[in-house]
Amino acid sequence: MNLPNAETLFETLAERIKPLIKANTAVVGIHSGGAWLAERLLPILGKDQGGEDLAHGILDVSFYRDDFNERGLHSETKPSHIPFDVQDKHILLIDDVFYTGRTIRAAMNELFDYGRPASITLAVLVNRGGRELPIAPQISAFDTELPDTQNLQLLRHENGTFYFTLEENT
Amino acid sequence: MQNPQLTDDGELKHLLSIEGLPKRILNQILDTAESFVGVAEREVKKVPLLRGKTVCNLFFENSTRTRTTFEIAAKRLSADVITLNVSTSSQSKGETILDTIDNLTAMHADMFVVRHAQSGAAHMIAKHVAPHISVINAGDGSHAHPTQGLLDVFTIRKYKPDMHNLRVAIVGDVLHSRVARSEIHALTTLGVPEVRVIAPKTLLPQDVEKLGVHVYHDMNEGLKDVDVVMMLRLQNERMTSAMLPSAQEYFKTYGLTAEKLAEAKHDAIVMHPGPMNRGVEIDSAVADGTQSVILPQVTYGIAVRMAVMSILAGN
Repeated sequence: MNLPNAETLFETLAERIKPLIKANTAVVGIHSGGAWLAERLLPILGKDQGGEDLAHGILDVSFYRDDFNERGLHSETKPSHIPFDVQDKHILLIDDVFYTGRTIRAAMNELFDYGRPASITLAVLVNRGGRELPIAPQISAFDTELPDTQNLQLLRHENGTFYFTLEENT
Repeated sequence: MQNPQLTDDGELKHLLSIEGLPKRILNQILDTAESFVGVAEREVKKVPLLRGKTVCNLFFENSTRTRTTFEIAAKRLSADVITLNVSTSSQSKGETILDTIDNLTAMHADMFVVRHAQSGAAHMIAKHVAPHISVINAGDGSHAHPTQGLLDVFTIRKYKPDMHNLRVAIVGDVLHSRVARSEIHALTTLGVPEVRVIAPKTLLPQDVEKLGVHVYHDMNEGLKDVDVVMMLRLQNERMTSAMLPSAQEYFKTYGLTAEKLAEAKHDAIVMHPGPMNRGVEIDSAVADGTQSVILPQVTYGIAVRMAVMSILAGN
């Protein structure tokens, strides 16, 4: 498979997300790729709203993963940071690559421990197929079907621009 | 010999003592604790990591703060928690420690948190238990109190993030203190360049310099330009054993007052593991003063214990 250009997809994603922003929207990026995307989306989305003060936060779902008993705690756990009241917010949840849906399940469980959101919308850069739960992104910039022997990852250059790597699982 | 706290691939299996643990593991615990601090500020102060696991707090010796914070930590991880004050239960009927452990294992306990007056008690239990069970030492005799040492360095890191540029003074009864020993190992492993101990000769272990500390007998000299002052509790029973003249005399020489604290850096923090003897090792004005971080220590203690439990349960 030819790897899509991550920067082009980022622009597509931003365009598709823009119409969804309304009063009471909060953007939450999932660590680490989703948080990078959210960081660059915020100035774009905030500007159209006439301000930069879109509520936003970061989730690290390590404490909510369903494979803790098999794999233990990830050695680089980062603090989740949700500095706004989740109650009654329209949450725009951002992740880089959608695969099994298990990360999103964990993220939703964690979000509900902060409060009861009015809604959650999932937007991702790539939906790579292979979901294992009845969870799917409402917005994706690119859809494909990758075999489960392959691992698609979003990475970031030092200047902040994005690129993909595709590796065979070992 | 392999460290009995580590698995074959070098991960933490039991937490018995900070001595011998690599910097990598100490940092892993502290970094993970950082993620748990925020959990206490949410609407639901719980994460589901230890759901379905049973944690047994075995306290063969009295404790309020340590027992309570371990209990809260386990509950915030969604574990089922049983706290046994063994001094009041079957031990008094003659059951051995290992029989108590076997019985609790038969009830499917997954983790033991052990405090005992005998040094080495937690080690003995760790050697005895089945491979899926983890043991945490919550204080054994005058040997070690690793989670206290960890929460102390976590607190220091919160207020003074540049650990490689710190001067830390530990003041008081170092001889009988498992807390002091754990603090010294944690500080030196994490690269704190200057650790001082300040105490009368009678309250210092003989080869204390071998732990890598500088020894002072005078408070004003020892506190000069330090960034952190860690006070130790003076155990009342030591007073009577002719090691010290009187509580008043001790306070005059080694009690932390605002006047003595003025020798330290102006932004130095003051710590105490509790329970405090006000007017013996620390003056109330200092304990309740702006430089005191004694209550934040207690709060961070929960996050640090959550980190230890979740790392052990995952390995």
